[in-house]
Amino acid sequence: MSSRVEIYSAEQVKGKMPLALWWRQFQAIFRSEIKKIFLSRKSIMLYIFALNPSLLFIMLNIFNDKKKLIDAQFLNRVFSEVYEGLILRVVIFFGCSWIFINLFRAEINEKSLHYYFLTPVRREVLVVAKYFSGLFTASLLFSITTLFCLFLIYLPRGYESSMQYIFDGPGLNHILSYWGISVLGCVGYGSMFLLLGVFFRNPILPATFLYCWELISFLLPPLLKKLTIIHYLQSLTPIKLSEGPYAIVAEPVSAWVAVPSLFLLTAVVLTVACLKVRKMEISYSNE
Amino acid sequence: MIVFENVSKFYGEILGVNRINLSISRGITSLVGPNGSGKTTLMNLMCGLLRPTQGSINVLGLTPDQPEKLFHKLGYCSQFDSFPKGITGRDFIQSFLEISGYVRKEAINLTNRALERVNLVEAAKRKVESYSKGMRQRIRLAQAIAHNPEVIILDEPLNGLDPMARAEVIALFRQLSAEGMYLILSSHILHEVDMMSDRVVLINNGYIVADGDTRGVRSEMQEHPLQILIRCDRPSLLAAKVFEQEDIVEARLHKDRRGLFVKTVNPDNFYLFFNKVVLEENLQVESIHPVDDDLDAIYQYLIGSEGS
Repeated sequence: MSSRVEIYSAEQVKGKMPLALWWRQFQAIFRSEIKKIFLSRKSIMLYIFALNPSLLFIMLNIFNDKKKLIDAQFLNRVFSEVYEGLILRVVIFFGCSWIFINLFRAEINEKSLHYYFLTPVRREVLVVAKYFSGLFTASLLFSITTLFCLFLIYLPRGYESSMQYIFDGPGLNHILSYWGISVLGCVGYGSMFLLLGVFFRNPILPATFLYCWELISFLLPPLLKKLTIIHYLQSLTPIKLSEGPYAIVAEPVSAWVAVPSLFLLTAVVLTVACLKVRKMEISYSNE
Repeated sequence: MIVFENVSKFYGEILGVNRINLSISRGITSLVGPNGSGKTTLMNLMCGLLRPTQGSINVLGLTPDQPEKLFHKLGYCSQFDSFPKGITGRDFIQSFLEISGYVRKEAINLTNRALERVNLVEAAKRKVESYSKGMRQRIRLAQAIAHNPEVIILDEPLNGLDPMARAEVIALFRQLSAEGMYLILSSHILHEVDMMSDRVVLINNGYIVADGDTRGVRSEMQEHPLQILIRCDRPSLLAAKVFEQEDIVEARLHKDRRGLFVKTVNPDNFYLFFNKVVLEENLQVESIHPVDDDLDAIYQYLIGSEGS
């Protein structure tokens, strides 16, 4: 064993701007978390789950009437329905639940969270870095899902017709809108699920409650609709769908309200999560 | 100094530790006690993994609820034998250092030195999952000392180590202690704790039952007279002389009549008296040693046999 080393003391690190230190710590946690999320065996299930809607569109291309497949109105409607019903409400919702709940809960279950807590890192930095690693993963994965599904729906039209629709028609607006909604879905749901993972030993029940709450949002009065994430996301969709005969119709909010509202919600939720993690104790035997 | 002031920790209605007042100075301090006595609770309180229900803790002027400052000065080798999945020994330490804020080059240097110190350079490329229990113990130890903290807390650091590795680790502890560090450790291996500790804190049922260096603690236990075994050529003569002393509680000849077993409430007086007898009677003394002034005996007297 070697003799004691005179090392880079804490003061050397502390002497620098705290922001620079936090940024370095953020990056280190981010890298470590990304590795954990992307490279774990369990992630394969997540990838398969994210691919599901694409399979639906492949089936649509194979089995549907070719004439219908070049009808832009029909395709937009189909995509919109699949997007809202499957991609947003199922794939993004449950995908985010898996990714974000596990950011803390999996480490508590695997008894490895204390390694983070034993480093000289502000716990707020830890929460934010973990959140952004989850957000990066979820956004990347579900953006690919969304964009690949859009690619599949434009595929039967052929290259020229598709390009014309995208650049001379409403196509680009649709693509950017759906992609943006997917990312915003990850932003909003991600923060909520991170909070559930921090607060609850068994987050499945509160996550189910959240799912039901989002699911029945069409039945809620306008004031309560504002307390659902889906309301803001639906407001941003380029094609508005009917929510059925029993739906209580509410005026969609503008993008200028919807986007900042989601960011505000996320900021509030993350602040609460930071406060909780700041006070968190490690007592695995109680978990 | 590390100072506990009237610290209590309850897990719901279950007592962890109660009304702990303790000051720990530089050197090796060992926490000794049976399972569930509160050793780990005390260590977890020191590094903020647990929060006290009442009282306050101060580690070198910092409170444990300031991890961003505290862990520049403190390293903790916990008892939790779990690691992030799929991580190699090297990555385990290097990622810890990078998260601590060291730039990559510094982190690599520190990682190499920590691995050298615990003799794990060769195995560092392998995944921790493939390590033996002793290697896992050493990699945790390497992580705790990698950033050269002033205070190192080690929960059962000798667990799972083979005798060779144990000797190396104890030598490392002594070296760190000689460098002026605070080492606080818990262990069940009493004779090794006894050998290396500057100070011992005995804990039972959440309370500190004794605190100090082993001999000091033993000398204060007057309800348990010190037992001394003497091997010499004329133990009967010695026995006759010994009974003249007031401090002697018991003297018993060995069956082979080559030794005398003495119990005294004043060992210092007895040793003076014994030297005098040896000179006056020209006794041939083969050996003399106290039987119960080690940590094992103290533990048995104060705590009982449940944890030893």
